Amino acid sequence: MHKLWASTYKEILLLIRDLGGIAILFIMPLLLLVVITLVQDSTFKTISDIKIPVLLVDNDKGEVSKNIIENLSESNSFEILQETSEEDAKNAVFSGKYQLAIVIPKNLSASLQKKVDQNVEGILSKFGLDEDTLAVAKEVIPKKEVRLYFDPATQVSFKSSVKNGIDKMISKIETQSIYKAFQTELDEEGAEPIFDTENFIAFKEILPTKNNEEIIPNSAQHNVPAWTLFAIFFIIVPLSINLVKEKNQGTFVRLRTQPVNYATVLGGKTIVYLGVCLIQFTLMLLVGIYLFPAMGLPGIDVSGKLPLLYMVALFSGLAAIGLGLLLGTIAKTQEQAAPFGSTLVVILAALGGVWVPVFVMPKFMQLISKISPMNWGLEAFYDVFLRNVGFVKILPEISLLLLFFLSTTIIAIIFNQRKNAV
Amino acid sequence: MIQINQLSKKYKGAEDFSVKNLDLKVEDGEIYGLLGPNGAGKTTLISMLTSLLKPTSGSFTINGLNFKEHKNQLKQLIGIVPQEYALYPTLTAFENLQYFGSMYGIKGEILKKSICEHLEIMGLSKFANKKTATFSGGMKRRINLIAGILHQPKVLFLDEPTVGVDVQSKNVIIDHLKLLNKKGTTIVYTSHHLNEAEFFCTHVAIIDNGEIIVKGIPSELIKKQKSANNLEDVFLAKTGKALRDYA
Repeated sequence: MHKLWASTYKEILLLIRDLGGIAILFIMPLLLLVVITLVQDSTFKTISDIKIPVLLVDNDKGEVSKNIIENLSESNSFEILQETSEEDAKNAVFSGKYQLAIVIPKNLSASLQKKVDQNVEGILSKFGLDEDTLAVAKEVIPKKEVRLYFDPATQVSFKSSVKNGIDKMISKIETQSIYKAFQTELDEEGAEPIFDTENFIAFKEILPTKNNEEIIPNSAQHNVPAWTLFAIFFIIVPLSINLVKEKNQGTFVRLRTQPVNYATVLGGKTIVYLGVCLIQFTLMLLVGIYLFPAMGLPGIDVSGKLPLLYMVALFSGLAAIGLGLLLGTIAKTQEQAAPFGSTLVVILAALGGVWVPVFVMPKFMQLISKISPMNWGLEAFYDVFLRNVGFVKILPEISLLLLFFLSTTIIAIIFNQRKNAV
Repeated sequence: MIQINQLSKKYKGAEDFSVKNLDLKVEDGEIYGLLGPNGAGKTTLISMLTSLLKPTSGSFTINGLNFKEHKNQLKQLIGIVPQEYALYPTLTAFENLQYFGSMYGIKGEILKKSICEHLEIMGLSKFANKKTATFSGGMKRRINLIAGILHQPKVLFLDEPTVGVDVQSKNVIIDHLKLLNKKGTTIVYTSHHLNEAEFFCTHVAIIDNGEIIVKGIPSELIKKQKSANNLEDVFLAKTGKALRDYA
């Protein structure tokens, strides 16, 4: 016990003597959290303050194009900039000046009206309500297309959501035109609307509740756990460098000749770096609770969740430390430890669902993500933060994190023993 | 007593043995110098005797104990002063010694007192609270030595303890080692300073190509070697004048 305490005290001294290192350990993760939350905040807002400029070429100048422009403007997501030439609009978008251009074809309104009238008259004639049209041959109306130009650098998710939105808008305009045509045919006076054009089926999102209040997830509640975990796992880099330094400066050689086992040496490092993880976590929580609201970002609510949150942070920290100990034991130089450690953290983060949710990954990657300790940590954080669950629900995840720590540390000890066996 | 029997070491991928079937006996209370040109196998031999390297074949015992069966007992019994400084540069001299002393199980006031005494003898008391990164080579060597003797080892292994230090530091180190030896510590040390070894060691062994060429009391070896006036003459006569560069 005395040797473990001495090792811990030595690690504390080594850490506090490296002020630059401490600053990096604590400030960089905070900076990362603030920047990522600021960047991602708009995607979590239902009504965004930011309007995306969109070029619109209106070759129709009719009722339909007027409707499209009105709908786009009302969405509050786009700033409509009128352009006269399709070629100019295309060039502006393909050169990356704009994200999107919408080209409404010529005579769209007239063609749509004609097509709808034709269909409505056809239906009514089948019911014997419009005998005039029976003998008239059907005019072939060519299909129209609204053209969309996207900047090639535009993300697929943005393209999909814009395409879906426009598709929905056009369907609505078509439906309304059909209703209007029926109305005109059936009620020439037009005094009373026959059809209710409002959507009949609506949907409502049911959220988890706490004290009968719905918990609405915001960008901070998603980002704080994800990026805190990312920061916690980055402890792998300084920890593995610390171990490599011991080997390179000869202190480890001296320790090998002393009556102290490797587990005690690693124990001292584990205690100190676990403390670092928990301080990091505390600072990130404080940023989420106090700094975010002051910056106009949504804050996080940790009321009643702190014990479980700290439990998840503790076991996540242990898992990260286990990996750092293993890497530091195997690596021979800092040049091996640092790039490998940081790349490994990025890979584990990607697999764990820090950037892209696991459920949107291909099936094979979803399976692989199950072996990422970051995935266990993230799920446990989400369980506590967003799903509002109790200790029993996070028990499997924190058990896996603990097992990961134990197995990586034991492998490190065995590796060291075998390498230095006499 | 150290008893070495047919000890050999061949590094992975190496063509030759670094230490070849070496037999040696070091009696209690001796100061035994292992001398030899670069690459002779001195550091390899010391590394095996201090559990840093696994021998390819052969065996050895220190006070009748071996590392396979009595690892921790032996580690408590021996002290090592490696060729590298083996210190934490951002810790002070006192903090370094406190840590390494603690690893031998020494604690509290006993440890503190021992550190202060050694620092005093080595002339480093006033630098106790300075970081070792700021120390000169000679000061680091002295701290390096203290770190290996805080637990009063029965057998002390030193790998070139005076390399790269000034004459004053060297004298302090040698004087302190003599004092330790007087108190009963057996010393095994390697050195390139043949003049220092001649007057410091009770016995020497000249090693070349992993084998002991000659061993004995320095004055007797000089006497036996034709036209030799000192240990350096014996050394050159036995190992030749060819350069011993190796990589």
